[in-house]
Amino acid sequence: MRRTIALIVAVLTVSSFAYASGGKNSIQIKGSDTMVNLGQAWAEKYMAANPGEFVAVTGGGSGTGLSSLISGTCDIAMSSRNIKEKEIALAKGKGVNPYEVKVALDGLAVVVNPKNPVSKLTTEQLAQIFTGRVVNWKELGGEDKKIVILSREVNSGTHVYFKEHILRKNDPNSKEEFAASALMLSSSQAIADEVAGNTAAVGYYGMGYISPKQKAILVAKDEKSEYEAPTIENVVNGKYPISRPLFLYTNGQPQGLVKKLVDFVLSREGQDIVLKTDFVPIAK
Amino acid sequence: MRKLKEFIIEKLILVCGLASIFFVILIFLFLLKEGLALFGTVTPSQFLFGKSWYPISEPAQLGILPLILGSVLVTLGAALISIPIGVACAIYIAEVAPAKTKEILKASIELLAAIPSVVLGFIGMVTLVPLVKTVFRLPTGLTALSGSIMLAFMAMPTIVSIAEDALYSIPKTYKEGALALGATHWQAIWRVMLPAASSGILAAVMLGLGRVIGETMAVMMITGNAAVIPHSILQPVRTLTATIAAEMGEAVVGSEHYFALFAVGIVLFIISFAINVTADLFLHKKR
Repeated sequence: MRRTIALIVAVLTVSSFAYASGGKNSIQIKGSDTMVNLGQAWAEKYMAANPGEFVAVTGGGSGTGLSSLISGTCDIAMSSRNIKEKEIALAKGKGVNPYEVKVALDGLAVVVNPKNPVSKLTTEQLAQIFTGRVVNWKELGGEDKKIVILSREVNSGTHVYFKEHILRKNDPNSKEEFAASALMLSSSQAIADEVAGNTAAVGYYGMGYISPKQKAILVAKDEKSEYEAPTIENVVNGKYPISRPLFLYTNGQPQGLVKKLVDFVLSREGQDIVLKTDFVPIAK
Repeated sequence: MRKLKEFIIEKLILVCGLASIFFVILIFLFLLKEGLALFGTVTPSQFLFGKSWYPISEPAQLGILPLILGSVLVTLGAALISIPIGVACAIYIAEVAPAKTKEILKASIELLAAIPSVVLGFIGMVTLVPLVKTVFRLPTGLTALSGSIMLAFMAMPTIVSIAEDALYSIPKTYKEGALALGATHWQAIWRVMLPAASSGILAAVMLGLGRVIGETMAVMMITGNAAVIPHSILQPVRTLTATIAAEMGEAVVGSEHYFALFAVGIVLFIISFAINVTADLFLHKKR
């Protein structure tokens, strides 16, 4: 009996040592839901190439990632928007120096149900829909149906990007908001599901989520421009008007393991993974 | 030696008893500390009666009237559905049902209470939401009504078991007296048993409602979360609980938004505290 106990204690001690030393070989990545799949793909490849090192990736939203970076609970924050002045100030107050690395591009698709006859819109029309000034599909050449606006929750970088670049047209003084009647869904998948089942719904998400159950709207900068589809090609050549950079934020210039991972992400191999997960590699 | 043992056990139990009070006070103080910090920048009336909730804009608009009304609407809807069904079910179990049916019913109601709310929310999302949409010809099924129906399922076990207890604890002589005077079974239940158990039944209803207003996961999944002042139960609403759950992850610690969410927590705490105290008053009146 006593022997068994001694054995258990010994095993526990050894394993806890192993765990403690494992802590130094691990990186915590947290943030944007849009980038979770991408982050996980990077982590898998990276861990396969570097046995013994451990990368953990979790989502939660860009805001969640950045606030974890600020409070020191993650090593790298994934973000689908630029860090805000306020967040930088808060970070500095806690001795954290956010360092920005642009790692990929993402096209934002505006999607409707495949049965919806509307298939192209200008960014101006999108602003009118999502602020609630246009309330019926009839006004856009569709059926006589009330538009159901789907948006992401406020912790989503996609929400913030869409508000600043479409609703507010990049004007920092603009006071435009999502219509109060917009439904706030907690994930891109929830938006995809609702659009697939609702002929009056319109929503937005990163183009990696596009499937045959939704129809991606062709978007034009203004009435004179061409209407373009959200494809990788159109995002690379800049023709598709709603694309955004995706970032990793680290505390100060990347060092040690974090640097190794960031370098991997920016390498040819890392950027191939970007393409495979339906995002757009940054031009080298 | 025996006395000492007795003494120690007594004191230990006392500490355990006091612990729960201690925790409640600690939680309330923490809520107050974080929540009241908001009122340096926003007045309480702006907060309680403001009509727009745009917490991450510059400047942020932190009016929770739509959220309060959303919570109230969903809760009222759930009450309207769960109270009649729940009380009727309690009467059936306590008075009408034969012993075997009674056992089966009681067990299945306990089973209903054991379903995690996220599971109910998920089931509601894939079955109830499309149904509500087609039945009422709505643009979307993510409405207050869907939330009310799902929450009624959650309030029912509480209402049924406490109301059944109340009916069961009425002295047998009441019923026997009524029957002896020539009342039918139904007359005895309606005119004698129900009034006699009324305070217990009201307490059951209040505790059921307390559970509904604090429920988060299911409402977040099926009420649409649009922060508008609702005009009908067939509109999407955003509740107090769902707001805290959805936004706490984003709020930077120490920001106005963070304090506002704690202030929402205070409002919620006060509402459910009031409901529980009312329930308690009814329960004590009974004795």
